[in-house]
Order: sequence, then structure tokens, then C-alpha cells
Amino acid sequence: MKRKLIFAAALMAATVLSGAASAKTFVYCSEGSPEGFDPGLYTAGTTFDAAAHTVYNRLLEFKPGTTEAIPGLAESWEISDDGLQYTFKLRPGVKFQTTEFFTPTRDLNADDVVFSYERQLKADHPWNKYVPGTAWEYFNGMGFPDLIASVEKVDDLTVKFTLKQKEAPFLANVAMPFASIMSKEYADKLEADGKMNQLNQMPLGTGPFAFVAYQQDAAIRYKAHPDYWNGKQKIDDLVFAITTDAAVRYQKLKAGECHLMPYPNAADVEAMKADPALTVMEQEGLNVAYLAYNTTQAPFDKVEVRKALNMAINKQAIVDSVFQGQATPAKNPIPPTMWSYNDAIEDDKYDPEAAKKMLEDAGVSGLSMKVWAMPVARPYMLNARRAAELIQSDFDKIGVKVEIVSYEWAEYLDRSKAKDRDGAVILGWTGDNGDPDNFLHTLLGCDAVGGNNRAQWCNEEFDKLVVQAKTTSDQAERTKLYEEAQVVFKREAPWATLDHSLSVVPMRKEVQGFVQSPLGDFAFDGVDLAE
Amino acid sequence: MLRFLLGRLAVLIPTFIGVSIIAFSFIRLLPGDPVALLSGERVMSPERHAQITHELGYDRPIVIQYLDYLWGVLTGDMGTSIVTKQPVLEQFLTLFPATLELSICAIIVAVVLGIPAGIFAALKRGTFFDQSIMGTALVGYSMPIFWWGLLLIILFSGILQWTPVSGRISLLYYFPSVTGFMLIDSLLSGQEGAFKSALSHLILPTIVLATIPLAVIARQTRSAMLEVLGEDYVRTARAKGLPPFRVIGVHALRNAMIPVITTIGLQVGVLLAGAILTETIFSWPGIGKWMVDSVFRRDYPVIQAGLLMIAGIIMIVNLIVDLLYGLINPRIRH
Repeated sequence: MKRKLIFAAALMAATVLSGAASAKTFVYCSEGSPEGFDPGLYTAGTTFDAAAHTVYNRLLEFKPGTTEAIPGLAESWEISDDGLQYTFKLRPGVKFQTTEFFTPTRDLNADDVVFSYERQLKADHPWNKYVPGTAWEYFNGMGFPDLIASVEKVDDLTVKFTLKQKEAPFLANVAMPFASIMSKEYADKLEADGKMNQLNQMPLGTGPFAFVAYQQDAAIRYKAHPDYWNGKQKIDDLVFAITTDAAVRYQKLKAGECHLMPYPNAADVEAMKADPALTVMEQEGLNVAYLAYNTTQAPFDKVEVRKALNMAINKQAIVDSVFQGQATPAKNPIPPTMWSYNDAIEDDKYDPEAAKKMLEDAGVSGLSMKVWAMPVARPYMLNARRAAELIQSDFDKIGVKVEIVSYEWAEYLDRSKAKDRDGAVILGWTGDNGDPDNFLHTLLGCDAVGGNNRAQWCNEEFDKLVVQAKTTSDQAERTKLYEEAQVVFKREAPWATLDHSLSVVPMRKEVQGFVQSPLGDFAFDGVDLAE
Repeated sequence: MLRFLLGRLAVLIPTFIGVSIIAFSFIRLLPGDPVALLSGERVMSPERHAQITHELGYDRPIVIQYLDYLWGVLTGDMGTSIVTKQPVLEQFLTLFPATLELSICAIIVAVVLGIPAGIFAALKRGTFFDQSIMGTALVGYSMPIFWWGLLLIILFSGILQWTPVSGRISLLYYFPSVTGFMLIDSLLSGQEGAFKSALSHLILPTIVLATIPLAVIARQTRSAMLEVLGEDYVRTARAKGLPPFRVIGVHALRNAMIPVITTIGLQVGVLLAGAILTETIFSWPGIGKWMVDSVFRRDYPVIQAGLLMIAGIIMIVNLIVDLLYGLINPRIRH
């Protein structure tokens, strides 16, 4: 008997050891701590990487490496002729993750979808205010409360959305992180136990990785979801090692303490490319940085003045100095990776002499203006102060005096919205869903004046085009409308478009199957490590 | 003694209330509004902004908000983070052991190296040794922590590969937190190599955090020693033929220690301030990094509670220092 026990123990030890030896752990040096684990509550990419792209799925997903929405939890959908009803057929047999904190008893069904949307939609829903100050920021920001009339369960595997008006980007919006599908069964259990807050701390979904633990500000641990509907992952464990400093992330990558890192310092990229142990992926980011004039104030209400200023800006110098080449000068308000990008448009040529003359012809002399520089680094603008200084010296050459101003970030965002704002504002945007509407209508539409439209620019011709494109479902037709809108934009010049930054992802050579997302997400579905 | 202690505790109460008012009002004096920051570049509608401000209670009169917060503190409720939606006290208790562990290691290193260095420099006053120790101390004192930390990482972790780059323990080890102190938890876990890993992760951050206190303690010890060495009783002790070890170790050092202990006590504040940068460089999950993140996010409850608790710790340490005087110098009996 004793011998048997020893043998059993030895066998167990051997199994554990071999298991440990063959377990593949992928370590991602993430750039910050997630704010929480309920993607509906937040807007930061860091949080979405940690929760939405690991634990959860959505009805539609973005095809890896593209902004094309493809079937996710919904395997098909139908749109009614009037474009107001979307009926989604759910994939049968989708399993939720089984974790130490919850064991699901049923597969995904329509109740989960209805729950996931209604908690954000209905003010009287028990989960609508389950944590203090619940803003449902994206759901509101994308206009869903004014768009969705109802979300109904038709049968166990069919859900019908009724919209109040036609909205072509709806399918792309449904693929965004805030629209992640939760388990209603898990939520019900938490509600019954009086632990609703746990939904934001211990997430449970249908995604490729199951949540194991979060050690605050240190690491997040996941394991592969064995019954994942799209097949089990090749790696066994996924760890986010939270490393806020980019230089330290690079050292960790070099030392092999992590396999992949986001957001390297621009100055380190050359050395990374030269390192034989590393691979560096590059892609134009889905972003734009701009200088928005206040088009309602003289003399910036004159197109010629704006054009002249645009011609005076040496964008290449900004790209070289601020990004050390890790960006491209922008000519359009949408990035080149986005569909409907109008490449036929010619940028205003950098020509200080012509700019000076154009200003004189417009009757403007001795102009002095303010240029607002953001106080923080964002992916589209790493150092706005430096960019502002370059613009200051460019404008000086055509006789325009610039005073650079800045405010604390929240203050900056708030004050720059004001319709009577004094000066031109440096700001930018990172796309949410790959739809041009998310740039052109959101940032330049008449509705957005006094809000996201920092140029306070309401041009009837432009607005008509983008509103029409928003309510047209045919993509070819939409492309035409957006291309035309970009022509109007260029002619009217409400902004000086500055740059589209490159998104650079360094990783160790042994990493396989990582696909860079144009949306800037870091998703590890499908990654592997070479032996 | 008891009367002294009660007296000091009585002083702590108004100090504590003063700190609570400062913590509460200063963060509100900073421009920037936590509700607007929730949405980033995306613009929140004014109605929604007003609604969330109301839900969080920030539209109430400032005095009411303060009293509410003070009542919360007195009843042990430090509020809930606006960002993570978690109880602040819970987060503090999770993160504080990491800061404490690092600070204790740093202060031990600073004291163990700083005092002998100071004594040695005093004894060899004016020599090459004295000048090089004091010169090094001056450099250490003036070193920008961020740069120093990165330099050590590049040298020891990058080029020499002797130490890990950052974190508290290798990610291969995972065990539940019992005490929150990684050195102890790694021993309790029984996992082979865990303790060694935790220890190796502590080396660089400890050096970085210890640098400034070490320099200050060495300089303070040296000047206190020099002063004492010139006293009559030291000359007397030497004259009566006591061995140099006893003269310095017992007669001189004990008297020189009083200002040094004050300095060490004051270093607690320096350590907590230094921890903010050190933790950021070494991805050390402590309260320093947590507080910095919260300032950027204008997470009022976290900043208020964090400042209050840090101030409380410093007050308690100062109290302990006051009590220690009595033990070291029998002439100061309270």
C-alpha cells in the first residue's frame, strides 16, 4: 500500500513537472494598469486590452489586422429594408469560461446579449448604476441611447435590435469593446450574492482567455479558455506584466522577461530593429493630429488665411523632430489605412513665400495668434509643445507672431471646446471602429460644434455629405461621399492636418502569429511561441 | 512618560484634522475635473456631466462634502475610487506592504552603510577617505532618482544580466498574498527559488531608494561625530586609557546619535517621496505609483485618503523618534 502511494505521488509529481515544463506562458509588458475589467465603464485602450480582447467577445469582431467587422458571437445578421432592424443569429454552443469563482451551467444565449446592452441603455436597469459614477462613456459617446429603440430576444439564439434612425456604422460600433457580451447567469449570481462590484473586478466571458487573477499594478494572469468557440489557444497562460516606463519595458524585452511590448520610445526604435533577438512591426496608426483654427473668429473665418497658414507649416520637420521619423505628414483628416481615404488629394505645398503673399492678398498683416499645445503625450502627438514651437518659428517666417499656451489636460479639453475660443488648438484623434464617420462626422460635423469639432466649423456642403454617408448602407456609395467630403475639407482648410503616427510593436523573435491591429489594440488571440 | 505620550497624542488630533483639510482642499484647487477626465478626448454632454457629478456628490456644498469625507474617515470608510470603483482603503492595504517592504530595506541599507561611513569619515577627517566618502555622498544626494534607476537597470540588468529588470518577483511564481511582504510570502509559499527571486528583484530598487537617505545619514553622522569628538568627556575617556573602540562606540557614538536619529526619522518622508519615482521605474506595485496615477486622473477619494494615510504614518514615525530620544539619552526624560 505504502509503495503504491509513493508511486502515485511520484507519478503526480512527474505529471505536474512535465505540465509545468511544457506550459507555454506568453508575457506581455503592458503600459499601465487597467482601470477595471468591465469594458463598458471605460474608454482607455489599456483597459480594453486587459478585459475586452482577452476575456470577452462581441456580436461582431474586427477581422485581425483590419477594421472589417466579421461574425463573432453572431454568426449571421439581417438588416431590414428600411435599415432600422438588425436581427442577429447567435452562434450555437458558445461556452462561457469556467473559473475558480464561477461555473456556468449554460451556453451563451440571447438573454446575455439583451443584458449586455440593456444595462447600458436603460436608466432603470438594476445594473445601470452598479458602481458609483457609472458613465457608460462609450455607449453614450457613440450615441447609442438616442439610436437604439429596443433590444429584444426573439428566441434563444436570435436577438433583434430596433434603431430610431438609419445608422450605417452600427455594425462596426457593435464590434467595439464597450459592446462586449457578458454572462447574465454570472451577473444574476453576483446580484443575488450582493457582490455586483465583482463584475468589474473578476470578469467572465466567452473570449479566448479566462481571467485568473489581478495583482494590482503588478500583473494580470489569464489562462487559455479550453472550450473557446474559435478553438483553444496555442499558449497556455497569458500574463500582462504592468511596466509603465517605456525604457524599462525595452530592457525587459531585451532580457527576455517579456515577449512583446507596446509603445516604445521613438528614440529606441532604431536599436530595436538592429537587435537580432527582436522583430519590430510597424503600421500607420488609425489616428491624426491637427491644428484646429477657430473658423468663427476673424481673420480665421477666411479660407485664404487658413490656407496661407497651412502652407507655412513644415510638417516634415514636425515628423522628424517630434517622432524621429515614426510618423507621416498628414494631408487628409483620416489616416491612409482607412477605407475611403482620398489619395488623389494634393497637400498644401510647404511654401513660406507664397503663404506670406497669400496673407498679404487677404489683407492680413501684423497678425498675432495663440497656438494651444496639449500638456500630455498622446499616440498621435508625442510632444505638442515641441510641435507648437516649430509652428511658432514657421509662422514667424511669414510675419505671424505666435504665443504658445497650455492648460492642464482636462482643462485643455474643456476650454478648447468653447465656441469663442481664442487661438488654434493642437489636438488629435484615435479611431474607435475604423469607420470614416468616426472621424469626419464626429470631429467635423455641424452637430459637434462646441464639442469635438474644435474648429467650430459648420460647412453645409461637407455636413450634407457626411450625414448622407452615415445613413447609406452601400459601402461603395459611402466611399464616394467620404472622398468628396475630403475634397471639401481640403478646400476649406478648417484644420492644418499635421501627422499620422506609426504604431510600432517590438517583440521577441520567437513570437509567432501576432497580428498588429490598425485600431491600436493588443489582442493575443492566436499567438504562439516558437520552441 | 505616559503624560508625555498622551500630550503628543493630543497634538496629533488637530494636526490630523489640519492635514485632512489640506488634503481635501488642495486637490480641489488643482484645475481639472475628474468627471470630464472619465471620457478623455471624447466630449461628454453637459447633461451627462451634471448627472455623474451629482451621482458622485460633487455638486454639494464643499463644506458638506468635507464633513461627509471626515465622517467617513472617522468611521473607517475612506470612500471609493472614481476610476477603479473599488474601496480606497482596500486598495491602500493591498499596495502599502509593497512600499513598506521596499522602504524598510532601503532604510536598513542606508543606516547600516551610512552610519559607519559617517563615523569613518569623521575619524579620518580631512584625509582622502573623508573627502571621497563625502564627495560620493554629495553625488548620491544630488542624483536624479529616475536617471539613476535607469542607469542601474541598463548596467546590471541589461548589460551584465545580474538582476531582473523590474517587478517584485519572477512571473513564473504565483501564490496568494498572505502578509503582502514578498520576501515573507515567497518563503511561506514553499516554492523553490521564489525567495531568491523576490530578493533579487529587491536589490536595484533598494539601492535607488536608499541612495539619498544614505547620503544624508552619512553626512549627518560625520558632522555629529566631529562635534562630539571635540568634547571634553571624549578627551577624558581617551586620557583614562579606554580602548578606541569603547571611546567611539560608547561615549562618542551614543551622544552623536541624537541628531542622527532625528535625521533617520525625517528620512521616512523622503523615502515615501522617493518611493513614488522608484516604484514607477521598477514597476513596483506600491502606493507611490498609485498616488501619481490618481493625481493624473483627479481621483479625489484616492488622493485624499492616500495623503491622509501617508501623513498619519509620518506623524507616527515622528512620535516614535521622540520616544527613542529618551532611550538613547537618559537626560531627555519626558
